[in-house]
Amino acid sequence: MSIPTHLVAPILEGLWVTLQLTLGGAVVACVLAWVAGLGKLSATRWVRWPANVYVEVFRGTSALVQLFWFFYGLPLFGVRLSPMTAGILVLGLNIGAYGAELVRGSIQSVSKGQYEASTALNFSPLQRLWLIIVPQAIISILPPAGNLLIELLKSTALVSLITLGDLTFKGMILRAETLQTAQVFGMLLVIYFVIAQCLVFLVRRIEVRLKRGWHLEGTS
Amino acid sequence: MIFDWAFAWSILPQLLWALRVTVYATILGMLLASVLGLVWVLLRRSPFRPLAFVTHYWVEFIRSTPILVQIYFLYYILPEVGLRLSPMVAGIVALGVHYSAYIAEVYRAGIESVPKGQWEAAKAMNFTPAQTWRYVILPQALPPTIPAMGNYLVAMFKDTPMLSAITVLELLQTAKIIGSESFRYLEPLTLVGGLFLLLSLVAARGVRWAEQRFGAQELRI
Amino acid sequence: MSDAPMLSIKGLCKKFGSTEVLKSFDMDIQAGEKLSIIGPSGSGKSTFLRILMTLEKPDAGSIEIEGERLWHMKRNGVDVPADRRHLKKMRSEIGMVFQHFNLFPHMTALGNVSVAPRHVQKMSRAEAEDRGRQLLERVGLGDKLDAYPAQLSGGQKQRVGIARALALQPKVMLFDEVTSALDPELVGEVLNVLRELAHETDMTMILVTHEMRFAQEISDRVAFMDHGKVLEIDTPEKIFSDPKHPRTREFLNAVLES
Repeated sequence: MSIPTHLVAPILEGLWVTLQLTLGGAVVACVLAWVAGLGKLSATRWVRWPANVYVEVFRGTSALVQLFWFFYGLPLFGVRLSPMTAGILVLGLNIGAYGAELVRGSIQSVSKGQYEASTALNFSPLQRLWLIIVPQAIISILPPAGNLLIELLKSTALVSLITLGDLTFKGMILRAETLQTAQVFGMLLVIYFVIAQCLVFLVRRIEVRLKRGWHLEGTS
Repeated sequence: MIFDWAFAWSILPQLLWALRVTVYATILGMLLASVLGLVWVLLRRSPFRPLAFVTHYWVEFIRSTPILVQIYFLYYILPEVGLRLSPMVAGIVALGVHYSAYIAEVYRAGIESVPKGQWEAAKAMNFTPAQTWRYVILPQALPPTIPAMGNYLVAMFKDTPMLSAITVLELLQTAKIIGSESFRYLEPLTLVGGLFLLLSLVAARGVRWAEQRFGAQELRI
Repeated sequence: MSDAPMLSIKGLCKKFGSTEVLKSFDMDIQAGEKLSIIGPSGSGKSTFLRILMTLEKPDAGSIEIEGERLWHMKRNGVDVPADRRHLKKMRSEIGMVFQHFNLFPHMTALGNVSVAPRHVQKMSRAEAEDRGRQLLERVGLGDKLDAYPAQLSGGQKQRVGIARALALQPKVMLFDEVTSALDPELVGEVLNVLRELAHETDMTMILVTHEMRFAQEISDRVAFMDHGKVLEIDTPEKIFSDPKHPRTREFLNAVLES
């Protein structure tokens, strides 16, 4: 396939935007997932209810609709976000909501005995969470978190519809210029696939590292 | 007054009409995904190794790449090979193919949860492979997968707005049109969000019912 | 050594759902006493320990540790239910070793033992690890400091569990069937550690156990519990050779037969 050389640069720019969105979104999602996930388990309903509302709203509505709402709807409230900020924020909020369920599940999967040992040793609830529970929850979170990361990557393509110059956006331009539809979109799919495999590999490596470090059997 | 309730009320009929399109696309997409998913999972179990191998990576490829790009691919490619599909059909096919990759995994987990003894009993009774699948395996493998299928149905429902990119007149596209005609985006977008939320919550309750009815087994997907 | 008991339990009641697990349970335990509690399963032995360790809340009754109430505190001269701070203060005098070890899988043996001194007693890392090292050597695991629980046998895990509980230097140590989950050949190494603790420290020890011979050997008193009440409590000699209560006799006959 012959790509006109003056179009390689835009593709790389698009790739860079996609990676930024993935990374930024991942950070936001991670923070929100832990905050909301732990919030859902809180004893106080003033913490539980907002967490539940957040999760239900952002899981229950479409990511693209959320993106449009933030980009076209918020300005009426005086908040004007750049496409990149809107993208990272919405993707983070959306994936974070799914992540919150993961966090909640994995924290609940830590055995009760760990809580009892922590009580016997007189840890404060915060110490128990930070020193004992979270490190163990992380192991069970990693495989599904890897899948969520892939979902995040795939969702970045949506920002092309609010005119942010990501990989998909640049791909559309490339197609319009070269009319080589199959090759362009095929190439896009391959690039996304490669990035996805890299992310999965990374997450798996971390999981293996942790399991090996603690001498636990089995990798998923 | 930032949110014009009167305006919102006035555009609701239009949006509900578009909701039909969304629901229609979801159901057809899900049907396609269910059938294709079965095809993939059967191919993956083929004794012919190269076929199983290719199928595995093909499914993985579909799962790991954005639906939007797959939608574009189908919509713009197919006319070039002489197949002119309406945006709606192209969209349904794209959604169906994409989700078939997930559903194949669900089927796989369901099939693997059928105890090995069932296969052996079928062989002892001299069933052909087709009979084994039809009378022994699938009736046991499929019911526990229903909750997971329900979840993917909801997920696909929430992905239908992507079809707005190829001008399908579903909810988001209709909202955008209303917005560009009236210069008021807040109300249509909020209503659309609300409709999705409402239907998702209803569907989630349905999935929970299905879990109780069909057994929420821990399928290792 | 004062005459007042270390632990004074009066009228302790606990229900799980509709099942009454502890029925007006009374007991006084002296400082430095080694007390074994025996009895059939479901008799409430473990529940008693768990309430002492504040893992369960009693429905009624009172527990006093060195004269101070565990589950209640004084506010403006009135008895009110204990708040978290009071429980935490009282808890620092009690330690527990669990049947299923409950070691922290993501920490080494040394890590497990030193984590509480470090974060709860605010020791420096070096001091906490020093204490951890000493304790692990004392239970015979000086060469396993950097091993993770997944690499240890059941007996080794339990010894780490004992060292971990000892690290906070509690006045009262609770042992909840600490050998019941072990393979028979690993039981001895744990009993050796317990024996040494019983002989060489003046810590108050309460052991719920099925190891009758061991209980007979190290205890100052043995209590027999059934259906949430203490039916008989006496020296090991009296309990094992001449039990007074018919139920005690029945239980010991069945158990010592096998």
